Amino acid sequence: MARSWQLKAGFMSEATLAIKKISGHPGPAPGANVERDYQVAKLIDTTTCIGCKACEVACLEWNGYTFTETFFDNSYQTMPATTWNYWNLIKFNEHEREDGTLQLLMRKDQCMHCADPGCLAACPADGAIVQYTNGIVDFQQQNCIGCGYCVSGCPFDIPKFDPTTKKMFKCTLCVDRVSVGLEPACIKSCPTGCLHFGSKEDMSYLAESRAKQLRENFGFEKAGVYDPSGVGGTGVIYVLHDVTNPEAYGGLPKDPHIPWVVRFWKGPAKWIGNLAMLFGVIGVTIHYFRYGPKEIHPRHDNGGKL
Amino acid sequence: MELSRRTFLKGAVVGGAGFSLLGFDLTPAQAQLKELKIARATETRSTCPYCAVSCGVLIYTIGDKAKNVTPQVIHVEGDPDHPINRGTLCPKGASLEQDILNERRLLKPQVRRPGATDWQDISWDQAIDEIGHWIKKTRDNTFIEKDSQGRTVNRCESLAWIGGCTDTNEFNYLVVKTMRSMGLTYVENQARV
Repeated sequence: MARSWQLKAGFMSEATLAIKKISGHPGPAPGANVERDYQVAKLIDTTTCIGCKACEVACLEWNGYTFTETFFDNSYQTMPATTWNYWNLIKFNEHEREDGTLQLLMRKDQCMHCADPGCLAACPADGAIVQYTNGIVDFQQQNCIGCGYCVSGCPFDIPKFDPTTKKMFKCTLCVDRVSVGLEPACIKSCPTGCLHFGSKEDMSYLAESRAKQLRENFGFEKAGVYDPSGVGGTGVIYVLHDVTNPEAYGGLPKDPHIPWVVRFWKGPAKWIGNLAMLFGVIGVTIHYFRYGPKEIHPRHDNGGKL
Repeated sequence: MELSRRTFLKGAVVGGAGFSLLGFDLTPAQAQLKELKIARATETRSTCPYCAVSCGVLIYTIGDKAKNVTPQVIHVEGDPDHPINRGTLCPKGASLEQDILNERRLLKPQVRRPGATDWQDISWDQAIDEIGHWIKKTRDNTFIEKDSQGRTVNRCESLAWIGGCTDTNEFNYLVVKTMRSMGLTYVENQARV
């Protein structure tokens, strides 16, 4: 508990952060893991969210996007899903309890900052997606080629395409703020204190103690922490009333994984392709020594011309 | 095989160069971050003007207050040192930047005459004169010196005062002094500053 992500942030220069993983890059990230850094994490306690959307507004304001018109769709939800310039959305879900009563579940939807990011695994552009040593997954738009493969890699449907600039965008976990020791804009604004920010270790501890409190004192027997291991844990963790049914919170996958197609394509397909090429070269060489060069016989039926 | 010092050094140099070419590099990779937009901004403490909670806000302004520069507000967020909100804000408060930077912001006095459908711009001098004129006229016409039982009350029931959330203690003191001296009974304010 004594560890602090801020200690590290204090030593860092304002403009750069060390990189842990790089998309589409030959070999590992240079110098990765030579220095220890603290993982940062957001904690979202869905049980104390009142759906005020201050986080949505703070996110828009900090990142400099203007609000666009929305339409009313029989829900308090601002829009159906996050967009390239709207990275943070409270999802409102009417959920019927077992006893027939209604429960309004509210979940802050944004990039989960997976420890094993599917977007990064799927990205073919060198340096378009990086994972910093503090765990933040960030898109570098100047390197983005706009192919959209990150969408297929993401189990949470987060990266969004801007048709004007032909680049992908998503929540940066306010890396510009975090790197100088400030909390993300959404965290700072939250008036009920349902959002917290700190080291992953501290946030996990806080989340577990809150879930325990919900189970023991508030009658939510299934309360728990959502930190899916399928993507190596996430930099955004939730406390849910019912951790056995995360789908009820606006489609939070129960067991998110990077799709096997992306895994195969970025893993075995690479060395299988290399092996196939190698065997091809070996085969051609053996053929050459066994049968010799191909001889071209002149054709005689047209006067000896080729 | 005899390994001479010269051969070893040669091997090390060639091998090292080879590894470097293949992308082995021990200096940590760093990525350029988006610059903190408030890094060179002036921080000004203020109070959110919306509701009676009166959250403290920090207004960030670029421009170093040099003589030839017009400052520009770039960001507003909660004041962590303020005891009311401790850095948090509601969605309306979080959008305060748009309250300042807004083409529909009211920048001068306007009046809608009786029966008119639209507002017209007037000068501050004219606005203050007209307000004074109407206050005087209303008070003169409706001032109550004695109530129905002949007791002296000296009140003016046809005027009311309503104050805003950012009005300070000192300002409200003056408001009450002024309004009571005119005989106003309806004085209301949502300030908690």
